[in-house]
Amino acid sequence: MQVPAPFTYERAGSVDEALSLLGRYGPEARLVAGGHSLLPMMKLRLARPEALVDINGLAELDYIRVDGDHLAIGAMTRHAAVLESPLLSEHYRIFAEAERVIADPLVRNRGTVGGSLCQADPSEDLSAVFAALRGEVVIRSTGGVRRVPMREFHVGPYETAVGDGEILVEVRVPIRTSVGSAYEKVERRAGDWSIAAAGAFVVLDGDRISDVGLGITAVGAEHFTCAEAEAALVGAQPDDEAVEAAAAICASSCNPTVDQRGPEDYKRHLVSVLVARALRRSIAVARVGSSRGVED
Amino acid sequence: MRVTIEVNGRETSADIEDRLLLVHYLRNTLGMTGTHWGCDTSNCGACTVWLDGLPVKSCTTLAAMADGRSVRSVEGLEGDTLDPVQQGFIEEHGLQCGFCTPGMMMVARALLDRDPDPDEATIREAISGNLCRCTGYENIVRAIRWAARKQAETGRSDREAEEAVL
Amino acid sequence: MTATETPSPDTLTSPAGNPLGFGRMLRKEDARFVRGQGHYVDDLVLPGMLHGAILRSSYAHAKIVSIDTSAAEAHPKVKAVITGKTLEGLNLAWMPTLSGDVVAVLATDKVRFQGQEVAFVIAEDEYSARDALELIEVEYEPLPAVVDARHALDPDAPVIRDDLEGRTDNHIYDWEAGDAAACDEVFANAEVVVAEDMIYPRVHPAPMETCGAVAHMDKVTGKLTIWTTTQAPHAHRTIYALVAGLPEQKIQVISPDIGGGFGNKVGIYPGYVLAIVGSIVTGVPVKWVEDRSENLMSTSFARDYHMHGEIAATRDGKILGLRVNVLADHGAFNGVAQPTKFPAGFFHVFTGSYDYPAAHCKVTAVYTNKALGGVAYACSFRITEAVYLVERMVNCLAFELGMDPAELRMKNLLRPEQFPYTSPTGWVYDSGNYPRALEEAMRIAGYDELRAEQAKRREEAAKPGADPSAPLMGIGISFFTEAVGAGPRKHMDILGLGMADGCELRLHPTGKAQLRLSVQTQGQGHETTFAQIVSHVIGIPPEDIEVIHGDTDNTPFGLGTYGSRSTPVSGAAAAVAAQRVKEKAKVIAAAALECSVEDLEWEHGRWYVKGDHAAGKTMAEIAMAAHSSLELPEGVEGHLDASVVYNPPNLTYPFGAYICVVDVDPQTGAVKVRRFIAVDDCGPRINPMIVEGQVHGGLADGVGMALMEVIAFDSDGNNLGGSFMDYLLPTSMECPSWELGETVTPSPHHPIGVKGVGESATVGSPPAVVNAVLDALQIRAADMPFTPAVTWRALQGRPIRPDLAIE
Repeated sequence: MQVPAPFTYERAGSVDEALSLLGRYGPEARLVAGGHSLLPMMKLRLARPEALVDINGLAELDYIRVDGDHLAIGAMTRHAAVLESPLLSEHYRIFAEAERVIADPLVRNRGTVGGSLCQADPSEDLSAVFAALRGEVVIRSTGGVRRVPMREFHVGPYETAVGDGEILVEVRVPIRTSVGSAYEKVERRAGDWSIAAAGAFVVLDGDRISDVGLGITAVGAEHFTCAEAEAALVGAQPDDEAVEAAAAICASSCNPTVDQRGPEDYKRHLVSVLVARALRRSIAVARVGSSRGVED
Repeated sequence: MRVTIEVNGRETSADIEDRLLLVHYLRNTLGMTGTHWGCDTSNCGACTVWLDGLPVKSCTTLAAMADGRSVRSVEGLEGDTLDPVQQGFIEEHGLQCGFCTPGMMMVARALLDRDPDPDEATIREAISGNLCRCTGYENIVRAIRWAARKQAETGRSDREAEEAVL
Repeated sequence: MTATETPSPDTLTSPAGNPLGFGRMLRKEDARFVRGQGHYVDDLVLPGMLHGAILRSSYAHAKIVSIDTSAAEAHPKVKAVITGKTLEGLNLAWMPTLSGDVVAVLATDKVRFQGQEVAFVIAEDEYSARDALELIEVEYEPLPAVVDARHALDPDAPVIRDDLEGRTDNHIYDWEAGDAAACDEVFANAEVVVAEDMIYPRVHPAPMETCGAVAHMDKVTGKLTIWTTTQAPHAHRTIYALVAGLPEQKIQVISPDIGGGFGNKVGIYPGYVLAIVGSIVTGVPVKWVEDRSENLMSTSFARDYHMHGEIAATRDGKILGLRVNVLADHGAFNGVAQPTKFPAGFFHVFTGSYDYPAAHCKVTAVYTNKALGGVAYACSFRITEAVYLVERMVNCLAFELGMDPAELRMKNLLRPEQFPYTSPTGWVYDSGNYPRALEEAMRIAGYDELRAEQAKRREEAAKPGADPSAPLMGIGISFFTEAVGAGPRKHMDILGLGMADGCELRLHPTGKAQLRLSVQTQGQGHETTFAQIVSHVIGIPPEDIEVIHGDTDNTPFGLGTYGSRSTPVSGAAAAVAAQRVKEKAKVIAAAALECSVEDLEWEHGRWYVKGDHAAGKTMAEIAMAAHSSLELPEGVEGHLDASVVYNPPNLTYPFGAYICVVDVDPQTGAVKVRRFIAVDDCGPRINPMIVEGQVHGGLADGVGMALMEVIAFDSDGNNLGGSFMDYLLPTSMECPSWELGETVTPSPHHPIGVKGVGESATVGSPPAVVNAVLDALQIRAADMPFTPAVTWRALQGRPIRPDLAIE
């Protein structure tokens, strides 16, 4: 079997301790949560941290709760907990829909929200979900706390705004009413990374779209979204014409790489199909839910 | 580093390299070779064990991460009698070469503890992170259904039995 | 029942509740497997054992300028580093392949595929061995790679095998079968000729357990023991003796529990040889187990056939002939594992299950900068490719004629009265009732209802305002004829070793038996099935029969388990051995009962005196008598055992009819297998539970190959399927609940009529899935695997070539 190169293992019992360990080992240290993505990279020797700081013990970061007008998700929340959270489902079904197709049940038992976001794979699903919902991440360092909008979080493939000596501790999502959301993904096989995936939320105000968010992954969409398509939708009637126009903008503005998952024309086409499907289902749910203020 | 890990209810302890994978701790350090490995990349599930009660892939989990925690492997399934899952795999021919079987059974046991009466779709989703090259999954699904029926008949799941003892 | 009637063995049960012969019986081997007590190669730990790891080429084609192992050798836990130069000194740098070529154990001059073996590190533990690989510095001079088989014979193509004297191109062989002239005439006069190109792309058996070995050369005794993942332990022993010049009586090959083989564990890989060399060099046991990437990139790929088929027919759908040109990509070394006289395996059984007179094939094999292999993945020596070819061509013909593919097949299937049937390429099919199997599959499927549903859906989809995302429904059929159970030995050998198998049956004095086999299970359940075969013949309980296999010191010689040959060949050997024991038991019973042999009659498990049912001896009593002081007739030795070498008179020909139903999302290209119906006829089923399990697994293979499995290469020769992130195996989510049926047509020449089934479903299922997808898309042809992108592009009329990097 492949094995990782040597490193020093440290375990943190608190966020402060984790920060102090990061400080001690410097930029060659990495945090590890679930490890089901990072350890394969280390076994293939594509990643070679000198120190691993295990933050699985940070129960303080394992929560899903309402915090004022936001949903707050602790960075150490496991994927399985997101999938099964009644609170998240009550507000946004996009969470369960996305989680159901992330990796496999075992990886979801172990993998965390913070770990997935910080691994920052260009095909990662939660990046699209939080981009769609215009979430923000909370990052802590010994110097204090800062917040970064999800749409500024990724600075490149496998690179995020989380700097040396910092820890992503929470992801926050605004609570919206009269909202519907959905996630659509096509993969070659259960558990494979997306060929493309798209998520959306739609808020309806009467017969108009008053707010909308789009998230797109695996196709090089800037910041995992498409602001131009969102702008085109706001104020529009939630009809086929608006949906198709927005989907077309997403398809033309993304920047897919060609790989064994598909050629460029297919991936662009797929983006348009999935964005349209996510929008249609979001609109349908928003229509039903608008009378009750939450998703049905 | 020194780790202490509860494995199948028994405390184990060893000095290990920090980078030692949990699957190697079980197989090499403890000599418990019932847990197998089939890939390097969290894709096949042959190495599935429980960590603090949840099935995980032990070839991409560090032994150090299990320090102070509990692990359950295939060797910990059998009590006074075979676990209904083990019996189900025999009764319904849920295994052929036997290589994916320990991981499959650990997933099945965890599933039945959460959901004592899973339907076919639920079972298929639960085992979707575990690859099998021999059975086409059909008889694995049937084996897990067999175990569910068996438990319903006897009225006690393994976990309940354990809790009764504690 | 009267006292003189022999009850059917299948209706009797043993004290443990098992059938005294054929029937559903739980597997004896499962008791250890469900407890995690299987013993696989990587489970083995020997005192002082060292661990080996292989440095592999990152280039597909490059000159080796230099290899610097000094830093690796300086690693405190490294015991030795072996390179091609070391092996040259031992005359072991190259070894023969199973196809008359040679392959480098460790590269000396050039590397010829990505993943080729370059150096071997032996260290105290696996982690250190892997670390030391990074300390070896190899300077390469990259060369252009031959990636596309279609350009391997271009005049300017780089010559891959310049190690072979006088080589100026990448051509391996041309081979043909059938009557070309007769075929040409049929085609020239045919009303309809349909031609199609298709690729059966490179795939990999990918058993869950990778390949590995633990070698121990005992310096004192000179005995080499090698525990290894092999489907053919005896053949491996002989080849080690020939390759390494070791005395064969001092070699013991032990094949313990094997975590799936599927043909991946037939060949001898450099890693096995390196473990042996490592043990010779270090004087202690050495373990080498490949990781998953090594498995996928370097050991035994399968298929890689580029086929051009042409089918001739009348306008009303009577098939007249089939001809095919094949370009076979063999990789950088010709290492296919198949009978010597059959360089393209059994591909020329491609005429399939149909009745027509004219057939011809020509196969051209070429070297490319890819790993070697070719015959693997439950392929029955390339019958996978043959069945794919004919079943796709028949569908292409149906497409052009506008005929229902079931009707077309029914019209052309061989009729029961035609058996034994000699095919246009010379195969003698032993027995079959093909129409009955197809009818049964159509009955289970509800074929007419499915076609009606499809017509209704198509009608709905054509209406204005129809939902553009509505799934496209497709129905695919395949009918396959397999040819399994190789030899006979006069026609079939591997490296000169005739394809026959030995078997020894021994009854102990208490009537309990041991059966020693030359074949080796990789999950097929031999410990159970073979006990049932013996029980079927001599009536002792299967639980009283211990099956011993996988250890060359303790089993008779034979060629091993692949090509679905265990039951057809070794199963026959076991049945014949049991029959001989039964006959010898009769003589002993007569002596014990003081009657003449002619006075005895058999009931299951017992000889008794005609007309006096109470006067008899059970097999257990006879076994004791055979070892006792009882005086035996002149010329009859004591004890109760038999030793057999079974040389099959012909292959057996299992067959089946498969129907697949798929739904395709026309917008995303995603394919969902809705139903899969498989009717198999493998003759009488010794253990129906095991047979069904074998079929299930093969059907999943078909879904895998048709929808996701492929190893493609980019233009530099980089392997694009080198991990389970890239080489996708089907999960429980892609597989439907299989619907099985059966018909039973015994083989007339097999002692118990059985035909073998291990590879049937892998052979038969891919064309059913592909035909279903193409039926859904309503297009004639496109190449698998139908990933969403491939399916969508096929629907757009711009198909993707699956063997190359997508552009």
